[in-house]
This record gives sequence, C-alpha cells and structure tokens, in this order.
Amino acid sequence: MPTMTDEQVRAHLTHEEDLSLLHEVSMKTAGVSRLEMCIQCGSCGGSCPSGMDMDHTPRMVFAMLRAGMRDEVLQSNTPWVCVSCYHCVVRCPQNVHITDVMYTLKAMAIREKKYRDVAAPEFAETFVEMVEKYGRSYEFGLATRHYLKHAPLRMVGMAAMGLGMLRKGRMSMKPRTIKGMDQLTAILNKAKEMELT
Amino acid sequence: MSAYTFYPGCAMESNAKAYYTSLMAVAKPLGINLEEIEDWNCCGATEYVGMNLIPAYSLIARNLALAAKMGNKTVLSPCSACYLNLAKADHYMTERPALGEKVNEALAAGGLHYQPGSLDIRHLLDVLINDIGLDNLKAKVVRPLKGLRVAPYMGCMVPRPDYNNRWSDAEHPVELVEVLQAIGAEVVDFPGAATCCGGHMTQIGPETAFELIRRLISSAERSQADIMVTVCPMCQVNVDAYQGETNRHFGTNYQMPIVFFTQLVGLALGFPPDKLGFGTEITSTEKALARIGVDIPKPTEDTPHKQAGLPMPSCLRKNAKGKVQHAEKEAA
Repeated sequence: MPTMTDEQVRAHLTHEEDLSLLHEVSMKTAGVSRLEMCIQCGSCGGSCPSGMDMDHTPRMVFAMLRAGMRDEVLQSNTPWVCVSCYHCVVRCPQNVHITDVMYTLKAMAIREKKYRDVAAPEFAETFVEMVEKYGRSYEFGLATRHYLKHAPLRMVGMAAMGLGMLRKGRMSMKPRTIKGMDQLTAILNKAKEMELT
Repeated sequence: MSAYTFYPGCAMESNAKAYYTSLMAVAKPLGINLEEIEDWNCCGATEYVGMNLIPAYSLIARNLALAAKMGNKTVLSPCSACYLNLAKADHYMTERPALGEKVNEALAAGGLHYQPGSLDIRHLLDVLINDIGLDNLKAKVVRPLKGLRVAPYMGCMVPRPDYNNRWSDAEHPVELVEVLQAIGAEVVDFPGAATCCGGHMTQIGPETAFELIRRLISSAERSQADIMVTVCPMCQVNVDAYQGETNRHFGTNYQMPIVFFTQLVGLALGFPPDKLGFGTEITSTEKALARIGVDIPKPTEDTPHKQAGLPMPSCLRKNAKGKVQHAEKEAA
C-alpha cells in the first residue's frame, strides 16, 4: 500500500462520501439491484467458485464502487471471471442482485474501453454480432473467429473435439437465420437508442 | 395431454440435439404437447446482457411477445440458460417498470408488445415433476435402469436464483434425484449437484473452467458414478466436450460420460438408444450403458460436410474431409 499524507487520507474520505458511482451502477442494472444495501459481509466472495481467479472479490468491488474507484473497478477482471452461478445471489443476506451488477460492470467497461484483457469482451461482442446478424447463435462462426484471434495454439489441442462435434452433427458450419430479421433489427436499433439510468 | 408453448433455444438445434431428439421421443408418451414459438430468436445467453442492457432484454422480450400471442400462458424451456433469461426478463420488467417501458418501446418498433408477468416461464424438469408427476412417470417405465449409478447434475441456472420459488432448494435441489429414482436408477451422493460447470469460461478463461469441470468429474468419480445426468446444454458441453482438454490440463484420465435426463427417461420408457441421441457424446457412454445391457449406436457415416456444403473453397473442403476420415480411422 502506498503511504498517504493526512491530507490525502482526508481527501479520500471526502471522496468516499460521493456515492455517485455506486448509484450509477445500481441504476444501470436490470431490476432493483439493491447494491446500496451491501453490508460488506463477504458471503459473495466466500461463495464464489471462481473467486480465486479474480483481481478483487465481489465484496471488495462493491466497496470500491462506494469509494468511487471507477477506473480500478472497470479494469478489474472480476466481472469477467464471474461464471453466473448465482451462489452469491442466493446467499446474500441483503438480496443484492450481484450477478446482474457484474453484467453492468462488463457493459460499462466495454463502453468506456477500460478492460485490460481483450479476449473476453471480444468474445461477447462476436457472440452479439452473430445474434444480431442471424437471430440465432452461430457457434461455428463464433468459435473459429474467437480461437483464431485469441487462442490459435489452443486450436491444435481442440481440433479432434471440434471435428467430433461436426461429425456427430452437434455443430453446423452454416448459420440459421430467423425469418423476422427485419423486425428483430428494428427492435434492437430502437433499443440501442435507450439506456436505463 | 398438457399443452405448452415451447422455446427450444439455439443449443437444441446444434450441440444439444440429443436433448431435443430425446425430448421429442418422450414427450408423447408422457403427455407433453409442445407448440414451438413461431420464429423465436436467441435469448442472448450470458453474453448480450453483459454488453448492452436494453437491447439484451428486448432480444429476450421478442420471444415473450411472440409466446404470448400463442394463447397459452405456460412457456416451457428445456435449456437452463434460456429458462433463466426468459424468467429473468419477465421478472425484472415487472420489478422495474422503467425497464418494462423501455423494452416495450423497442418492441413497438417491431410491432410487438409484452405485458410483464403475463406468462409462466417453466423448465422442463419442473413440468415433468409437477404437471406430469412422478407416479405417472413411474407407471410408464418398462425398463427400470436398475444398477446404473448416476450422478444427478442439476447445475446453477435452474435452482438459482429461482424468482418464482419453484424449486425445492437453491443449493441442494432434489428434483432431478426424484426423477432418476422414479426410472429405477441408482442415484449416488453427488456434492457437486448444483455447482458450476464454468459456463462460458471454457471459451474466455479456460483454466478457471477446467478447475470447475475437474471438481465435478472427480466428485462423480469418488461416488463411483457410471454416468452424470444433466438438465442443461451448457453443462453437457463443458463436461463432455471439454473433458479431454481438462484431462490434458491436469494430467488426469477421466472418462466420465454425461447425458441429458430425457435420454435416460427415454431408455426407461423403452425407446432404443438411437432414437434418443445416444452416440453423439464426445466422452463415450458405451461402458456405462453396458451396465444395463444397452448398446449405443455407432457414429453415423453421414458427415455434416456432405449435406451442408462448406462455405469455403473446394481445395479446403477436400482437406477438411481428409481430416475427418483420418479422425474416424483413429477412433475406430
């Protein structure tokens, strides 16, 4: 921890009173997030199966939000390592919608280009791009583009499995497209003009 | 017959086609009448919602709006992630009216509308237990799976977060255990029953996923399970298809097959394995099913390359074909 002067600590405390970041994240989250109700008990981090791979436990992220540490939170790998298992959600004594807060943090990190590792955001972007193009997920296109760009060496070890999936008819090289693409596109374009604040 | 509006989800027509095949086989004898939503779209999985909120919920809500037009209140989803996304959109559009209004403004651009709270979103397992009933299921069993040791793998997104209090317990649910017992299988203690398979981390953070997959498989092995049984396409792919990579990562040699619960229900109802999607697993079920005297079908010679026509030049197509044949030889 870097040494701080009295002035810096006091400035930090003043800063801590500013709950605008906490409020912003809460309001951008679907449903009533209850993020403001966190009592820092740590049940979330203790319940998290992938917590050991996170830069900060969820509890710590929520404290950082309260402290206004925008860049640090949006650069943290924590929301990207969240596996959406909802263990923390059902154990949280304050019913904070933790998984949904993680989704909000990812969306904010993408929008502000704050994330450090590009592989995970680009996977999400490619998935969404395919869905917006076809209306259905397109695993073959998603997997080939993702692995070629971000993990070409991993493809060697995965070739047999990939071919097995193709051979057994579990993956198609051709995307399926819904009939109502025009309708879906109109809906999504309108939706993109709006934000939950 | 009980009728349901059916949302299959993308996985059912690709990596989880064994789930689709086996569900279609058992639906009729169980009295489940499925009416597929006309022109449904992807639910966005766990990806879209982590990018852009209103579009993500509008994507889900298009399905809800189309489903509501079908005139049946109950929507059935066999996929855990789809089930949760549909249920979550319905729940949050009700809990946060501002979300519901914005999503409906977007839907209106496509001539659609959805009244939050007007549908019941239910998972197939819930329907099987609470509508069809375990006694009814038991009465239809002609080949009890006696002697088959199964690990009941329920996963995350069905019992949690459970917006409508449909499940017995968020962390130790018993529903899958009850179904497997009803068809005569020997259900082992499986502490990993409602823990995570890693979800999309097999793609974006494989080391995190491998560890979660290892825990699941080693837990099933410790309980001397012959086979794991799942209700979720994502869990099936991660444990089945990524088992090889997990083994290489840890230097282990696990051979733990995993199938959909509808496949075992189908066997118990007397269907032959080839009508239930057996043989499409990457980790073979042959040894496990031999314990109950069932032979699994050999992989079909009919490769998807022949039917689909590759979207690539013919020289590459030739190579790809050669590799497939090579892989088949190796497997033989």
